[in-house]
Amino acid sequence: MKILILGAGRVGESVAESLVSEQNDITVIDTSPAKLRALQDRLDLRGVVGNGIQPSVLQEAGIEDTDLLIACAPLDETNLVVCKTAHDLFNVPTTIARIRSAEFEDGAPLLGKTGFAVDKVICPEASVTAYVRKLIEFPTALQVLEFANGLVSLIAVRAVADGPLVRHSLAEIPHLLPGLEMRIVAIYRQQNGQDRAITQLDGHTRIEPGDEVFVLAATEHIRTVLGALRKMDRPVKRVMLAGGGKVGLRLAREIHDRYQLKIIETNRERCEYLVSQLPSSVLVLEGDSTDEELMADENVADMDLFLALTSDDEDNIMACLLAKRLGAKRVFALINRKAYADLVQGTQIDIAISPAHAVLGELLAFVRRGDVEAVHSLRRGAAEALEGIVRGDMKTCRMAGRRVDQIELPDGAQIGAIVRGLHLADGSEAENAKPRVIIAHHDTEILQNDHVIVFIPRKRSIRAVEKLFQVSATFFG
Amino acid sequence: MRHYLPVFAVLGGVLMIFSLAMLVPLAFAYFGRDAALAAYDGAILITFGSGALLFFGCRRRGTRRELQPRDGFLLVTLVWSVLPVFGALPLMFHLEGLSFTDAYFEAMSGLTTTGATVLTGLEKLPLSINVWRCFMVLIGGMGILVLAVAILPLLGVGGSQIFKAETPGPMKDEKLTPRIAETARGLWTVYFAIATACFLAYAAAGMGWADAFMHMCSTMGLGGFAAYDASYGHWNSPAIEGVAIIFMLLAGVNFALYFVAWKRGSLRGLLRDAEVRMYALTMLLAVFGIAAFLALHGVYPTFTESLRHAAFNVVSIATTTGFASVDYAQWPIFAPVLMLFLCGFATCAGSTGGGIKMARALLLLKQARRELTRIVHPRAVAPVTLGGGVVDPKVLQSVLAFMLFYGGVMVVATLLLLVSGLDVISAFTAVVACINNTGPGLGEVGPANNFQGLTDFQTWVCSVTMLLGRLELFTVLVLLTPQFWRK
Repeated sequence: MKILILGAGRVGESVAESLVSEQNDITVIDTSPAKLRALQDRLDLRGVVGNGIQPSVLQEAGIEDTDLLIACAPLDETNLVVCKTAHDLFNVPTTIARIRSAEFEDGAPLLGKTGFAVDKVICPEASVTAYVRKLIEFPTALQVLEFANGLVSLIAVRAVADGPLVRHSLAEIPHLLPGLEMRIVAIYRQQNGQDRAITQLDGHTRIEPGDEVFVLAATEHIRTVLGALRKMDRPVKRVMLAGGGKVGLRLAREIHDRYQLKIIETNRERCEYLVSQLPSSVLVLEGDSTDEELMADENVADMDLFLALTSDDEDNIMACLLAKRLGAKRVFALINRKAYADLVQGTQIDIAISPAHAVLGELLAFVRRGDVEAVHSLRRGAAEALEGIVRGDMKTCRMAGRRVDQIELPDGAQIGAIVRGLHLADGSEAENAKPRVIIAHHDTEILQNDHVIVFIPRKRSIRAVEKLFQVSATFFG
Repeated sequence: MRHYLPVFAVLGGVLMIFSLAMLVPLAFAYFGRDAALAAYDGAILITFGSGALLFFGCRRRGTRRELQPRDGFLLVTLVWSVLPVFGALPLMFHLEGLSFTDAYFEAMSGLTTTGATVLTGLEKLPLSINVWRCFMVLIGGMGILVLAVAILPLLGVGGSQIFKAETPGPMKDEKLTPRIAETARGLWTVYFAIATACFLAYAAAGMGWADAFMHMCSTMGLGGFAAYDASYGHWNSPAIEGVAIIFMLLAGVNFALYFVAWKRGSLRGLLRDAEVRMYALTMLLAVFGIAAFLALHGVYPTFTESLRHAAFNVVSIATTTGFASVDYAQWPIFAPVLMLFLCGFATCAGSTGGGIKMARALLLLKQARRELTRIVHPRAVAPVTLGGGVVDPKVLQSVLAFMLFYGGVMVVATLLLLVSGLDVISAFTAVVACINNTGPGLGEVGPANNFQGLTDFQTWVCSVTMLLGRLELFTVLVLLTPQFWRK
């Protein structure tokens, strides 16, 4: 696929990095030659120096035969105009724009084909906020991701010895928790200091303490699933945010009514702005989040959750370590650099949140072939969960009309759940649909128009899974 | 050593590809039933075997890892110094009495597209041996590693570093396509397309098919190997010389520009390129200048004849090819010296020619002019521009450093040849001809003679100089620094 990325900032860079390894032709436009040179030396892509708002620069970057444009320049204005130019002048089929302003949303008429022609709006801040909100809601989970309009969730959780299912084999689950419909799609276990996926999941596989377990279940069962794998903490009440930047403010706006919130911000002016934007129940403190006296004074020890959300990775890591030492129950750090995130995840810092990574899944849905509804990139790009729609019938598709155990899945990939009833028989979306979540077993039959959620533990098997969803006129099997 | 095993594995892969190249002379030998047929079986087996051994041996035992940028320099230098050893095998197997030193020189001269030879009686050699000599020029022209990047997927990200270490020119950050393998494939496609045109043109101009093939290889790579001792004097045909002039000139242009022109379907970029314009202007002035000079001195009876010989020989030497249609060393000394001077800089970056490249020469000129401006207007802001864009000062510094090394290598190599007993004209022009990958020099190594008369030591000096010239010094010299090897 030919992909054009505008802007070699944090988002542009990490998007390029994760897409380049999948045999995509990537061209990056940026105004800074130094940035592009560094990127070009590291990754197999082409850099074009210039301002993407000029059609000549876009042409130079080969926009005529581009399949996907991802505009993530620093300014919303640039991104909007470039999407418009790409669509009107060069007929680019799919355009994605990073828009920070909260006033443009997907589906707004202004963004339609006659407007700015943006097919998809991405906003790393919003993605991070959504991600963090889920974590606050389910504090024992490592990650909670939604599929099929929120009907199904993929839950990542670290198993702890006191969970009822831990130290039991998968075959025993139905007896231990009768009536709970869930499917464990992957287990990652520490071996020689590295997390490795257990490839052969069968009835004999046992869940050990410390395992990172990925479970697919209907969204209403999340709490039960979490409770089965580790003792429930008491719900989160007190939250402290370090850093009142874009992410901090967005998050504070969304959660202030349910949690007791404190924000630490270094910049005086920003503090005043925060106070003016947030209700008085939110306490805004001026100071440094790595200042232990301030933290101790503000009772970080009583916090259920401490979130470091500044734009500085090192500050976030130090603030989190400090907060944990002072007694905060769980600490999350926003970390941009992949190397740092790998380093600290699962140590004293409970979760490393990577903003670029959070937004990646939304892009991947456009890159994947076949009728793919949603993609979530997991474990920093090493694994992926994919929701695809089964089109075609027994003759033209390798999934329709078959039982789960008849489908040739690549090594380690698992069909986790099926959502039926979202579409009418002709494939169009049903209006007042009553969808049903079916947790997949080996004898579950897959029908046309089902949404199938597949967990792929290795990136290299993605192509094989894509092929399963593709409808071919020539396939007879 | 373990650290470099992946590099050796790739070297093995390149050797395996290289052994396939020997199938070409083998085919000529087989169908022509010539005397050298037996030489290729052994050469192919040894080359492929060594390649496979390296490839599989180092891959299995080595800790598998991606090539790092730094490995590129080592790999490129290794490939270019090891390949001639194998390229020399068919020559050694067939020509008894040819020493390894001379065979290595001949193969190196082919691969680096120099075209200097140690062989005489070329027309008495089996056809396939001449084909192999010329075919090495064709492969070496666009670069064996660029070919490897195009067809070996295992080079991955390291590929772009290898690409940069092998392609000539001062500015290599501009990529033509998103993926480096595709760029490499594109360049080879363009190269082959022009080569095919050249082959057909030679045949149409009256060469036999085999001759057309060999001289096409030699022309496209700007090498200069010919199948006859008299080089193009053998035919004495204006049509053939005309074809040669056109394709030598074409091969002296940056192939990336052809690629862009092909992609965009327009010649505008090509015709507007500052380097190409300067190249065309230089060639035009040199040809007409020397033709007028020859006519004035009465070397040839008519101006037309002066123009014909000047055009062919000046283009041949200035594009670093090294064909000759007459013994131009007999011309008044100004002409051959000027021609050798031109070969130092006339060809474009990214072409198959040698020398410091027109781009560097232009940058040097512009920088010199800027310094003069600065003396008059100390506060003038006058960045060096090329083709509308401001040139990064880092590039200028690297050009200056390149010139320093270029001069240094020339001085050292000339002194080495002098100390071993060569006369000053021969020594200096031999070095000029080798470092610029031109071929014939003057004096003992002039167009009427060749490098056969050199001692073993002198031959090795010339071989190394050709290697340094082809890889544009830095790639090789960086390996001599202690920093490179430090962990």
